[in-house]
Amino acid sequence: MYFLLVYMYIKNHVYMFPDLLGCHGKCRRYLFCCFQDRAGQFFSSGHTNNWAVLVCTSRFWFNYRHVANTLSVYRSVKRLGIPDSHIVLMLADDMACNHRNPKPATVFSHKNMELNVYGDDVEVDYRGYEVTVENFLRILTGRLPPSTPRSKRLLSDDRSNILIYLTGHGGNGFLKFQDSEEISNVELADAFEQMWQKRRYNELLFIIDTCQGASMYERFYSPNLMALASSQVGEDSLSHQPDLAIGVHLMDRYTFYLLEFLEDIHPASKTNMNDLFKVCPKSQCVSTPGHRTDLFLRDPGSVLITDFFGSVRKVELTMETINLTDPIDAESGELQKEMHTYADQLPVSEIIHQKPKQKDWHPPDGFILGLWTLILLVFFQTYGVKHLKHIF
Amino acid sequence: PNIQQGRQRCIYGEVSPTEAGGGSDSPAPKPAASPPSVPRPKDDFQEELVIRPLHSGDIYTSFQFRTLWETDFTRENKVSHYRLFPKSLGQVISKFSVRELHISFTQGYWRTMQWGQPYLPSPPGAELWVWFQDSLTDVDGTWKELTNVLSGIFCASLNFIDSTNTVQPSASFKPLGIGNVTDHQIVCTENLTPWKKLLPCGSKAGLAVLLKSEKLFHSSFHSQAVHIRPVCKDDQCKTTSWELRQTLNVVFDLHNSGQGKNEWSLFKMFSRTLTEACPVASSSKIYIDITDNSQGEQFELSPATPLLSQAVVLGDRRTFSVYDLTQQITFGTMRSLNLLIRGKSSDMLRPLLHAERYVAGYGLQTGEIHTLMYNNHPYRSFPVLLLDSVPWYLRLYIHTLTVTSKGKDNKPSYIHYQPSKDRVRPHLLEMLVQLPPNSVTEVTLQFERALLKWTEYTPDPNHGFYVGSSVISSLVPSIVAMDTNNSRERPLFSSFFPSKEESSYFVRVYTEPLLVNLPTPDFSMPYNVICLTCTVVAVGYGSLYNLLTRSFQIEEPSPGLAKRIANIIRKMRGVPPL
Repeated sequence: MYFLLVYMYIKNHVYMFPDLLGCHGKCRRYLFCCFQDRAGQFFSSGHTNNWAVLVCTSRFWFNYRHVANTLSVYRSVKRLGIPDSHIVLMLADDMACNHRNPKPATVFSHKNMELNVYGDDVEVDYRGYEVTVENFLRILTGRLPPSTPRSKRLLSDDRSNILIYLTGHGGNGFLKFQDSEEISNVELADAFEQMWQKRRYNELLFIIDTCQGASMYERFYSPNLMALASSQVGEDSLSHQPDLAIGVHLMDRYTFYLLEFLEDIHPASKTNMNDLFKVCPKSQCVSTPGHRTDLFLRDPGSVLITDFFGSVRKVELTMETINLTDPIDAESGELQKEMHTYADQLPVSEIIHQKPKQKDWHPPDGFILGLWTLILLVFFQTYGVKHLKHIF
Repeated sequence: PNIQQGRQRCIYGEVSPTEAGGGSDSPAPKPAASPPSVPRPKDDFQEELVIRPLHSGDIYTSFQFRTLWETDFTRENKVSHYRLFPKSLGQVISKFSVRELHISFTQGYWRTMQWGQPYLPSPPGAELWVWFQDSLTDVDGTWKELTNVLSGIFCASLNFIDSTNTVQPSASFKPLGIGNVTDHQIVCTENLTPWKKLLPCGSKAGLAVLLKSEKLFHSSFHSQAVHIRPVCKDDQCKTTSWELRQTLNVVFDLHNSGQGKNEWSLFKMFSRTLTEACPVASSSKIYIDITDNSQGEQFELSPATPLLSQAVVLGDRRTFSVYDLTQQITFGTMRSLNLLIRGKSSDMLRPLLHAERYVAGYGLQTGEIHTLMYNNHPYRSFPVLLLDSVPWYLRLYIHTLTVTSKGKDNKPSYIHYQPSKDRVRPHLLEMLVQLPPNSVTEVTLQFERALLKWTEYTPDPNHGFYVGSSVISSLVPSIVAMDTNNSRERPLFSSFFPSKEESSYFVRVYTEPLLVNLPTPDFSMPYNVICLTCTVVAVGYGSLYNLLTRSFQIEEPSPGLAKRIANIIRKMRGVPPL
């Protein structure tokens, strides 16, 4: 009886909260189908938080475009809701404050300096020499030294959707890090398997923009991975356009069109992965972008772009009130009676008459011990042990 | 802030273990007096901006944000209620038993001869000096953790700081000081962003709205720093409070940012104007240095202000025009303040102490470091303390150390040298040298370059390796009497280094960093060697093996087609073949 009353009430008053259910229009009269639709959609993705790991692996000024690539993905991801604490940004070199940059503190993605992807509140977690294969794999698997700060860790759990974006110079089966080392596709696949076994992700989207990028996802074997690459094996990914004032190429083609695609996405949009696969066809990209979805359990058509690029925030409204206690303000009272003074900054007389620090005594080194043992051995060998009592 | 002179601008009180046993310096609280009716706020925030037009047409701006907080981080029950003091730094202080901390990030080198002395000196790159509490036992482990935590807070690569490039200057005072100066640090917006987040008003109100990265980094010199230390609360100095100073010094170039015109305004420098002071600040002021401009002959300042203030800073008495942002009248009818400064200041005092450093020699085997210190005072000499921290891969020959002034040998009154240990710690050289008046003192030292292991090279080894700046600290004679009463209300820029005597003031000068090339191997060699060896083995050994083990058999040439058919027919007939 009670439920019937509630049902009648909601049915008659459903026009009052169309937006809450997203049910205006066709579904208004059929309440249950409406609920089911929304509920189904809400629970189908299965993740509760979003992370992003964005890596640029190239150093030197002429690789400006790789940093611009990474920063444009960073900008999109931040704009769609993922906070800085959930983004691990690794840039192998600094382009914005590079001495060759004619406009410091900026990184542009469009020529004529239209869009500054560096922004005013960027937080780079790994810079310069810290971007190494070891650090990258440690972030993914979570095996970092205990003193690593939180901003440098990937603290994902089994309900996290992770976006991983790599860009740089690559080849068939490897990606070059900073011109001195490389990561192979086998290593990467194994790292993802370790993540799967430790349940460090719910679903993972892997995007790579390098030459022969498709070779990097060939070896994946863990479930719930979806991968996109900018070019097939044997093809080179090309850069988009140079800027004459800055003097280098600003972006790579694939990421340029990816950025254009993402600029149209807002946190509530319903575009799905099939649209992402169509980004940058051969006519625009010259190379053929590839993708891999066989390891992914859901149908790509039902996966929203914002599942990976945006951030799910589950908001619960509550009307309860909580009383805050007053802060503990323990009065110290009159304790320290001794006078403090500012120390002298250059006490010349004291320095001149300073006694040298007494060095601690250390037990003798292995070398010294070995030397003395040798001498004693030779001595007793020559003179025999029976002479001991005469000597001592 | 070096501890080698035992100089700490902080407290070294003779704390006798009175109340609580075990050396803890937080005695049990006595029963408190009746609580006051209105709780006095325990923390205080002040902000100020000093603008000094320089002789060369450049302009020097210095921001200081100071938060004072009466609290005790060393108490057992942790501090949990933070108001103006940033929580991340408060937790760092209490967790790592930090007594004093100074960290600075600088891009560019301060040109002392063209710009005079800065209010707060800093070396190029990153610098971190920490003093720990007496109660700390494991200094090395805490140092490593502290550098990692700070690298996370400031988005800087401080995690490369470890024992191989950290020094502990010889200290004759109790607390242990440990420090590091790295040079290869690029300072960019990602360092400024967390720095701005530490301010109580963020970058939304007050002077911090001017801090826009696009303009700040397009400058000749940019330095941001955080200084945490305990200071005296009052004259008697019985209790102390914690002071956090965040400073930002920028020098805008006449040609880059000024487009060649000697006309500066807040909008031109920062692309913003001021609309209000930070609401939680107790004082928010702008000071413009107008010392040589009493009648307005050198440069013109608008909007005009009646407030004037005099302060003794860097040994000289300077006059400042003051704009008080807490007064609504400062903003005028437009509700925004845009200062306009036209013209340049006259020739300012030549700095009395200034230093240079360079590497001499040729080739990749040996070299020589020359440090020059200039004393520009006409008749007074003063002592300077030179601190040099050279990485282990430059092997110094200390027997070649020479100090000469005016051509004659100048023996230092104190030398402390700690030799380096390969891959463990760097060289540390401290010397107290008396600089004769109006002279140049040259310190030379020869070194040899080491060959590193191939994994120790950076990904770009041909760039070179950096050697940190030398630090030269000294008490320089001042022109006017310095104010030794340290607790009086003074503008922030003049109260950083407390003075003990009236006739001299403390100054610190940093030299340039050095960039040395180490002998670099050819990194493609392992690949080349493997290819060559495999080829030699395959061709040489392979052919020999084949020659020795191959056996030869004689084979009949195959007959023609007709003969083969004939053979088949003959075989069928049972007749022997042809």
